[in-house]
Amino acid sequence: MKKEILRFTDVTYIYHTVRGETIAAQDLSFSVGEGEFVAIIGPSGCGKTTLLSLAAELLKPSEGNVSRTGSCGYMLQKDHLFPWRTIEKNIVLPLEIKKQNTPQNRERAKKLAVKYGLGDFLDSYPSQLSGGMRQRAALIRTLATDPDILLLDEPFSALDYQTRLNVTEDVSEIIRSEGKTALLITHDISEAISLADRILVLTKRPARVAFEHEMDFGDVKNPLKRRETGNFSGWFEVLWKELNI
Amino acid sequence: MKKRTMRQTYSAEHLHFLKKRRQHLVLVWTLRVGLLLLIAGIWELVTALGWVDPFFTSSPSRIARTIAGLYSDGVLFYHIGVTLWETLAGFAIAVGLGYGIALALWWSDVLREVLEPYIVVLNALPKIALGPLIIVWCGTGSKAILFMTVLVGIIVAIMHMLSAFIATDKNKMLLLRSMGASKFQILAKLVVPSSLPAFISMLKVAVGMSWIGSIMGEYIVSRAGLGYLIVYGGQVFKLDLVMSATVLLCLLAAGMYFLVALLEKFLVKNTES
Repeated sequence: MKKEILRFTDVTYIYHTVRGETIAAQDLSFSVGEGEFVAIIGPSGCGKTTLLSLAAELLKPSEGNVSRTGSCGYMLQKDHLFPWRTIEKNIVLPLEIKKQNTPQNRERAKKLAVKYGLGDFLDSYPSQLSGGMRQRAALIRTLATDPDILLLDEPFSALDYQTRLNVTEDVSEIIRSEGKTALLITHDISEAISLADRILVLTKRPARVAFEHEMDFGDVKNPLKRRETGNFSGWFEVLWKELNI
Repeated sequence: MKKRTMRQTYSAEHLHFLKKRRQHLVLVWTLRVGLLLLIAGIWELVTALGWVDPFFTSSPSRIARTIAGLYSDGVLFYHIGVTLWETLAGFAIAVGLGYGIALALWWSDVLREVLEPYIVVLNALPKIALGPLIIVWCGTGSKAILFMTVLVGIIVAIMHMLSAFIATDKNKMLLLRSMGASKFQILAKLVVPSSLPAFISMLKVAVGMSWIGSIMGEYIVSRAGLGYLIVYGGQVFKLDLVMSATVLLCLLAAGMYFLVALLEKFLVKNTES
């Protein structure tokens, strides 16, 4: 059994507003093992983002327990690069925040950027980069502090279709080759199938894990190659039905 | 977009485009200056021909003579200096203090909610109504004028900056919090830099406000300054003096606005995401 990085045990989360309370998640349990790429899909409005905030410990569960070993890096829908900072300054931002802005750490983050094709853009401002490049820079920023788990909140949904396939490819490649653990939240079934080792299907609110599937693509990790295999459409059908129950 | 590269050789069409653009700018500037000369010319003409009485309207040449007279009496720069000092000091205090208060209100939700109605009322209140109070509290010196200038500027500065601070992108804040950022770090790394364009536009508004404040202050209490010249000129029916001081005010206000616009060019380069 692999080491567990993240575990949700019977987590219930209740949202409070003046108008009332909403149960976003109830008795939600799952875990993510080291080096695993887990995707969570669910009907829209089922509280997916709440779940990531719980995993990032930005929210505390109302009941149950979230345990995480090690640090996490959060990646959102949009790149949220700061327009007044150069790409290099953007990438070292988490180092500044965590007060780990040492020359070695900066050098490591820069090397990562160079390795994944951002070398020429370190002194550029975000507005000078394409959407795909920006999302890549956002990923490098997330990786700068060498987090133990990446939390990906629909990181491709703001991109146009072609860029989206390319960036999915990039991100998958980078995460796999850096040996990172990742938890992806998405409403895009094919994205989940093309990326993940394991897929959790959530119910409508309050969210629980309804189904869980190990992906059986063998050694095929590349998203585009996966889309070409025979069992891709099979999985799509299964998950599509499960989402609409 | 790729990195922007400078091309040294342009196509004929592009050169044509640049030429058109230059011609357009020349046209606009010619018309701008021409309009000013036209108005001044007509003004001068109708007074010289005796169609209107320059006693009531003054005229460009009389304004020039009045300003020259003030200069030769050695009081021109004295009056300008007094008003300029009051305006600049009031501007600086209003902007600095307003920014600080807006930061405090952003920091504490309770403080903001408590003070919100007071700020709204103070904003709606015509500050001139406080004139008598200010005279009693601050005397009839330049302290009173400074107080008035700050009062007029500060509320606008607070409201402008506070709304900019509050409008900080929630997702960027979430991102920083996921990195473990403290509230102070969020302030320093995100809220302050992202509100820079709002800061500049606040400065532009505050320039106007501080001129209103200082001239209003000089109307109520003063023995010197351009506002004083206007009031005095009006009381003794020296419309030349009123017009001259107004022209000087226009020039100074334009100059100050220009400086802020220059600052904007210098500071605000990369703000669009």
